[in-house]
Amino acid sequence: MQNKKLQSINKQQEYNEYVQQKIPKPTYLKNCLWAFVVGGLICVFGQFIGSIFKNMGLDQDEVATATAIVLVFLGAFLTGLGVYDQLGKRAGAGSIVPITGFANSIVSPAMEFKREGYIFGVAAKMFVLAGPVLVYGFGSSVIVGLLYYFLGK
Amino acid sequence: MDYIRAFVVGGLICVIGQLLMDGTKLTPAHVLVLFVTAGVILTALGIYEPIAEFGGAGATVPLPGFGYALAKGAIKATKAKGVLGAFTGGVQATAGGVAAAILFGYLMSVIFTPKTKK
Repeated sequence: MQNKKLQSINKQQEYNEYVQQKIPKPTYLKNCLWAFVVGGLICVFGQFIGSIFKNMGLDQDEVATATAIVLVFLGAFLTGLGVYDQLGKRAGAGSIVPITGFANSIVSPAMEFKREGYIFGVAAKMFVLAGPVLVYGFGSSVIVGLLYYFLGK
Repeated sequence: MDYIRAFVVGGLICVIGQLLMDGTKLTPAHVLVLFVTAGVILTALGIYEPIAEFGGAGATVPLPGFGYALAKGAIKATKAKGVLGAFTGGVQATAGGVAAAILFGYLMSVIFTPKTKK
């Protein structure tokens, strides 16, 4: 009896050590380097697209909108192809934080839940991650506008 | 030169996100929400505008740039139209990107099927 107990404690300890070994330790430097390079490159690409639209004679706001539309399209398309998630494994925040990652956060769950139909599957799951972003983004922008109106004058 | 600044500023914003994900228990969803909200607040305080002017796409392409566009639009419209502008400005300024995200997101989700995870 005593022996069995001891054995199980031993096993538990072994198991814990095993788990500790298997838990991926965040390699801060490497992750940050990947995030920096990939995120930076996506922004450089955005700058490049923006300069094309600028040369076409669009004004500053239109350039921002057109660039966002192109990047969102590419993010969604590459997610569909399965390329973006492969990149995301390495790049982490470098692929999540740019607006292409916003598109990725829409397509990924929507694709995954397609079997639940086009209303409650695709259309509803599109906003699992994007919904909160829009809620807090739109919400806080209205508050900023109101604050500006009541305090700014 | 514009490209180097975009690279550095955009890269650094992503590094902040990575550090938040690695160093704290925040999930990517938390980081996304946090960054958009931070973009709105920093713009309202007048801090993000100079960053956007310096970094160009490096500041506007990451999600705080979405918050920047929202807050900038809201303030601009409030100046022009009063209270109504506070409600319409932010959404209006970002309508193109959001509508594109909805349309393309839907189309791609319908066209493609998820790749089996290796």
